[in-house]
Amino acid sequence: MNKKTTVLLVDDDADFLLQEKYELEAEGYEVVIAEGRKKAKEVLKGLKPDIAIVDLMMESPDAGFVLSYEIKKQYPDTPVIMVTAVTSKTGIEFSSITEDEKHWIKADTIFTKPVRTEQLLKEIKRLVK
Amino acid sequence: MKLTSEERLKVIIVDDEEGMCLGAKRIVRDFVVEVNDLGIKVSFDVKYVTRGKEYLDLLEKEKFDITLIDYKLPDCSGLDILEKITKKGYDMIPIMITAYATFEAAVQATKLGAHDFIAKPFTPDELRSSLRKATVHLLLARHARKSEEEKRKLRFQFISILSHELKAPLAAIEGYLNILQKRYETISKEDYDMMLGRSLVRLEGMRKLIFDLLDVTRIESGDKKRNFEEINIEDMAKSSVEMANFEAAKRNIKIELNIKTPVKMHADKGEIEIILNNLITNAVKYNKENGRVDIVLEKNDNKIRIAVSDTGIGLEKEDISRLFEEFVRIKNEHTIGILGSGLGLSTIKKLAKLYGGEVTVQSVVGEGSTFTVELSS
Repeated sequence: MNKKTTVLLVDDDADFLLQEKYELEAEGYEVVIAEGRKKAKEVLKGLKPDIAIVDLMMESPDAGFVLSYEIKKQYPDTPVIMVTAVTSKTGIEFSSITEDEKHWIKADTIFTKPVRTEQLLKEIKRLVK
Repeated sequence: MKLTSEERLKVIIVDDEEGMCLGAKRIVRDFVVEVNDLGIKVSFDVKYVTRGKEYLDLLEKEKFDITLIDYKLPDCSGLDILEKITKKGYDMIPIMITAYATFEAAVQATKLGAHDFIAKPFTPDELRSSLRKATVHLLLARHARKSEEEKRKLRFQFISILSHELKAPLAAIEGYLNILQKRYETISKEDYDMMLGRSLVRLEGMRKLIFDLLDVTRIESGDKKRNFEEINIEDMAKSSVEMANFEAAKRNIKIELNIKTPVKMHADKGEIEIILNNLITNAVKYNKENGRVDIVLEKNDNKIRIAVSDTGIGLEKEDISRLFEEFVRIKNEHTIGILGSGLGLSTIKKLAKLYGGEVTVQSVVGEGSTFTVELSS
């Protein structure tokens, strides 16, 4: 039997976390959730996720960047999707990622909240081979 | 007001009589104007040109604050220049100088935008007096524009944060409803119950935000009729404690009310209620399980002190400075999951100010905080 794809979901918004967990589980994924960067670090000690979905603004405004960097350092082949409401909060926009930006933002994809579940599912399928 | 800052204004003289220019330059260079209303001490940098065209060319490259223009220039009339620069709308004050001190010339110059009018030959004092008037006028006008601009920015910021704060719970509730609508079989009945519960909690948070917002707008607009009466703060504190006890009991937090002196004051009951409720619910919300809340009420020399201490998470020093700003909520691992509008403390601050008082905080991280509101009765 095929092993289920494990998704690590990290967000400080408990509601978003639960909702995406239910949605992804309904699609047959194994979902591990972590409320913030610190909790995610704990989880990562004992788990190599097949993909991680990380919120940008958590404990600090750049916690997601840092975590994304840490995941890539520990598991270079784990894709990271960054999800952010940063546009409406600060006016900074990361709409499309250039190669240059990809270099310093250690994420494979950046989505702006609100994110539709279908969008996430499509991207997970594309990134996890 | 104490003179707290210094500013240099740039003055340009446009006159074909070089001797006059040099004389005026010397007077202006050594002159100092004190704008007491703004606490600014102003001194001047001076330049002069002898032709109208030269002046207009210079204006393209350089900014000046005050121009002294001769009525009669070799290459054009001072009035023509006045008309041109008024049209361009420079943030600059023009003063007309002329040898022909006629009433008509003065009227015409004023019509074309001259702020003042001095007749040649003028004494150093006449020049200084005109320059002083122009300086005060210029700085006050700039100050008024700046504070208007700041107010607009703050309003805009308030609205944009508010929209975000209202959007967040809506998105959460919408997300749960979407899942509920799909009726996934992978989800248990307990989980569905939990989702309904969370939706209600987020709705409650939204309601609280809207109520806090109404408090803010009522205080800010000044529309609300303030209803002053003799109130007994002890009784009000008791009912605030009773309300907070419901949440406190769930986490075994004890609330103690310590009344040191009888505390009566002439105040608007609704306003004092907002202060007490916000302080006490905060002390419960940010507390630890089995914690304590101590409320001290006292009155000394017409000063009323309400101090609310908790044994909660405490505050980092750098967070305290922004704590009383609107919508500021301290985000860290301890505050995740605690609902709040971020308006309570800013409202308390505004109210305390209305009573000639203030709100202060003392805090130790991990041990707790004490918020003290002082009011003049």
